[in-house]
Amino acid sequence: MAEAGAAPRRAARPAWLTAPVILGLIVVSFWIAAALSADLWGLADPLRMVARRLQPPSAEHWLGTDALGRDVLSRTLHGARFSLLIAVVVVGVAVALGSLLGALAGFLGGWVETGVMRLVDVVLAFPPVLLAMAVAATLGPGLENAAVALIAVWWPVYARLMRGQVLEVRTREHVEAAVACGVRPARLLWKHILSLCWTPVLINATMDVGQVILLAAALSFIGLGATPPTPEWGAMISAGATQFYSWWIAFGPGMAILTIVLGFNFLGDGLRDVLDARSER
Amino acid sequence: MIGYILRRLLAMPLLLLGVATAAFFLSQVTKADPLSAVVGERQMNNPEIVAAAKARWGLDRSVPERYVIYVVNLAQGDFGTSFRTRRPVAEDIAARLPATLELVLFAMLFGVTSGVALGVAAAHWRDSWIDHAARLFALIGSSMPVFWTGLILLYVLSVALGWLPGPGRMDARAAFEPGPTGFHTVDAVLAGDWRRLGMALSHLVLPAFVLGWAVTGIISRLVRGSMLDVLEQDYVRTARAKGAGERRVLFGHALRNAMIPTLTIIGHSFAYLITGAVLTETIFAWPGIGSYAVDSARTLDHPAIIGVTLVGAEAFLLSNLATDIAYAVFNPRIEYGGGRG
Repeated sequence: MAEAGAAPRRAARPAWLTAPVILGLIVVSFWIAAALSADLWGLADPLRMVARRLQPPSAEHWLGTDALGRDVLSRTLHGARFSLLIAVVVVGVAVALGSLLGALAGFLGGWVETGVMRLVDVVLAFPPVLLAMAVAATLGPGLENAAVALIAVWWPVYARLMRGQVLEVRTREHVEAAVACGVRPARLLWKHILSLCWTPVLINATMDVGQVILLAAALSFIGLGATPPTPEWGAMISAGATQFYSWWIAFGPGMAILTIVLGFNFLGDGLRDVLDARSER
Repeated sequence: MIGYILRRLLAMPLLLLGVATAAFFLSQVTKADPLSAVVGERQMNNPEIVAAAKARWGLDRSVPERYVIYVVNLAQGDFGTSFRTRRPVAEDIAARLPATLELVLFAMLFGVTSGVALGVAAAHWRDSWIDHAARLFALIGSSMPVFWTGLILLYVLSVALGWLPGPGRMDARAAFEPGPTGFHTVDAVLAGDWRRLGMALSHLVLPAFVLGWAVTGIISRLVRGSMLDVLEQDYVRTARAKGAGERRVLFGHALRNAMIPTLTIIGHSFAYLITGAVLTETIFAWPGIGSYAVDSARTLDHPAIIGVTLVGAEAFLLSNLATDIAYAVFNPRIEYGGGRG
């Protein structure tokens, strides 16, 4: 209804390609490229001492050097692979696990539904960062453990989302028709119900990639994620915080997190506007 | 509606039991050996001391027994003893709670006022540069790592420009009698000490801004959306047709109704504030439960981190419950300003 009085869209580009989406795509592509090919960019070795320590930004070292004389720019660009990898793994596993459990809960009902949804209630009762910290502290430091902690915190969101979708879609007429035709349950769930449930999951997943990057960096910042000398952004900011007057050490990784999360939020925002007419605006 | 509230209230103890069970599960699977925290390394070879410590701390009992004892202790507010501070976790948390609450309240105040203002402005000047700027500001708020923004702002505003004080709740050399509430601002007002109030407020500005920014984003977005919904409705057109001024239409008619969905988000954004407080407190050396949680996590102080997590979950559950009940009570679809349009 918001579109009633709007000017007709320019025909030159497709409707989903709005300015924020383009910006998001550019930023995200840049970081994906950095993650895949930072080794080929002719940068200084991110793990070696390459200059005097604690040098402010200069023509040679654009973002300065850290307390061990390592190049901050190189470390920042190399850091993309850790953040992107952990985000993709966490969101991927959380979506798969949460959607599976949520879909089964919504489709089967009964004690499966009760069991799954009460577990979801309990996990969602915790503030995310605290639960992630508690799980990570339980497992000990390390990027893998941080990923496990984040998955433990994140899957219930998708279980709840997917269950709601399944409950809504299964009452539609085409599902009744399929049941009347004798379609087997597994096929019914996969072909006739789930195929209509993915849109909000996809939008949420895109937005969540950014949030997972933030939280993973936070865990590393606290000291529960990446361990030295890994050039991980949260850990780099943590190192920068101890060298407070050398502001450039934290500047690069901070900007990296800000831009990549903004990029994913722009993308998610744009996707929502296009795919999900109900929550337009 | 009463049925709904009763159902929610009855579900609370069950949820808390679930939360406690999850915490117990975590404390069982951890690799940190509780025995090594209470028995010295050399004494570990002495079987008598180890056995005595096991009996003293209940480690010789079976897991189900320990579970029951754990839940009973929790119900009595006993969260165990911190490995690091050697004090009861509940005492540590109680001592640090006012600092966190004061910070969260001020952050909420900033987030809500700026969020509503931005949301109304964005809805009123829809699709103008104001709208876009507000949206960008909101998006940045939810995209930035607070532990970095805090650091940068502290460097610029405190070190480089000297406009604001450095980290901490008070200047390092200032010593004040602890007041009855533990809130520096309230205690200062109660004591009539304006210098103290000014110092407390100046120390609150940066952390509250950094923490509240994320909330600004959430709220401005929602206010904008619901304002646009409301502004399209018949009664707003009627008000305009009757010649009501734009200000009256915006604030008297539209915002009043747009605030109802916003109220629930304000309640739920508490979760974001807890999350953010953990990291904000670390940067600003704020002696609250957030920095306590981080220090505990860093040193793998398991009882303490689980204790904070439990308290956080309780606060989270209660605030959500209160919000949902408030929403049910003030159901928007029944009345509007005594029935007059």
